[in-house]
Amino acid sequence: MQPLDYVAPRNLAEALGLLKAKGDRARVLSGGTDLIVQVREDKRRVALMIDVKRIPELMELRFEAGRGLTLGASVPCYQLYESPELVKAYPGLIDAAELIGGKQIQNRASFGGNVCNSSPAADSIPALIAHSAVCRIAGAGGTREVPIEDFCVGPGKNVLKANEMLVSFFIPSPPVRFGAHYLRFIPRNEMDIAVVGCGVSLELSRDHRKFVRARIALGAVAPTPLLVESAAALQNQEVSEETIARAALAAQGAARPITDMRGTAEYRRHLVGVLTKRALRKAIERAKEA
Amino acid sequence: MAKPDDPETRRAPEVSRRDFLRGTGAVISAGIVAGSEVLQAKDTSAGAKILGPDKVPIALRINGTTKSLSLEPRVTLLDALRNELELTGAKKVCDRATCGACTVIIAGKPAYSCSVLAIEAQGREIATVEALAQGGKLHPVQQAFVDNDAQQCGYCTPGFVMACKAFLDKHPNPSVEQVRKGLGGNLCRCGTYVGITHAVLQAAKQMKGGRAHA
Repeated sequence: MQPLDYVAPRNLAEALGLLKAKGDRARVLSGGTDLIVQVREDKRRVALMIDVKRIPELMELRFEAGRGLTLGASVPCYQLYESPELVKAYPGLIDAAELIGGKQIQNRASFGGNVCNSSPAADSIPALIAHSAVCRIAGAGGTREVPIEDFCVGPGKNVLKANEMLVSFFIPSPPVRFGAHYLRFIPRNEMDIAVVGCGVSLELSRDHRKFVRARIALGAVAPTPLLVESAAALQNQEVSEETIARAALAAQGAARPITDMRGTAEYRRHLVGVLTKRALRKAIERAKEA
Repeated sequence: MAKPDDPETRRAPEVSRRDFLRGTGAVISAGIVAGSEVLQAKDTSAGAKILGPDKVPIALRINGTTKSLSLEPRVTLLDALRNELELTGAKKVCDRATCGACTVIIAGKPAYSCSVLAIEAQGREIATVEALAQGGKLHPVQQAFVDNDAQQCGYCTPGFVMACKAFLDKHPNPSVEQVRKGLGGNLCRCGTYVGITHAVLQAAKQMKGGRAHA
């Protein structure tokens, strides 16, 4: 592994000072499940690792019912699914937290790290998009908020400037009759990278017969995870197989997949349809139970 | 697999690897320059100290005792265990957070020791496979692996055993589905999964019988 320096600041100001001083030679370390491997394999040059796990804001996990969840960028995945109230409130996030890697990964890896790694196939991102998460970013000049669907700008690239860091996500409390689901297709049962990922969330009318609103997000079918803008048209539509099929078509239209070792573009586009339908059905089921 | 900068292959101390690199081409030295710049910046702030890239004192709590080491910050927990502490139970197989052969238990949770820096594991209780057997008696998980022929080449076994131990501590009455999901972070190229599943179920029964190994 490359020789490197290590520092574990205890507050945000200190971490931002280090980032400002070291620029792109410094890298924020959370769970390290991507970063340590990338550094060892020389895919990334890092002179200083800034371990942010001692900074309270990065480890914050605070749910205020009716308001929302503050999820610190370094909170490991397992803390989400070990919290019964989060399991109830954020089913799409829980689906993603439970399938990122195996237990060993989930005990270390964070949503913040997964998002900053900015893989088009990142499992947490379509789930966060479905749940309308907002990224809270801190830099030398102050803080700013970016909707999660605008965070990634290309494979491995995102809106963070060299002196900025992701601090936390804010995820609004779901309304009543809300359901969400994230699922992916992989050829194995565990521990694989999504060929396609799909996250949806929806709110049903009082009589469960209409969509009040719906969001559909896709992974691994474009240079960044995608929000399917045309899914907004589901508003006031009847909850039926026909509407679900139309939504699947809309998602297929939004996908811009490529052919690579995990699948052809055509195969991926087909999967988008299949997964969107499955995700919607499951989310509807959950919304009815909620 | 051994790489040129792998601590396993760079034990001869006469000429340190860094001294050697200092004499080589510009491409490599760019990284070194960055390192020395960082060095100069040390102690300028009142905050946490920047450590490295040279060796720094590191104290690890391993199997109930504190071990004082001198390690570079880049050294992973796996390399610290294997190369510095002679605890070679955790295996280096993929070395990229995928296969699970390096699994240890950190603060009660299974983790890949290949993708944890030793320096960040300080202050946490680390358990390795070496601590499982007590007084010459195998832990029920280990005995169950033997009884169910749950290994073939054996390379993945210590990692599997530790993952099983952590899993059973959390799920004392697991279903087969839970076992599959709970051990999804470990791979066996020999394909001994059926035996491993049986071993976990047997160990679950035996561990409920007595708290001797709890």
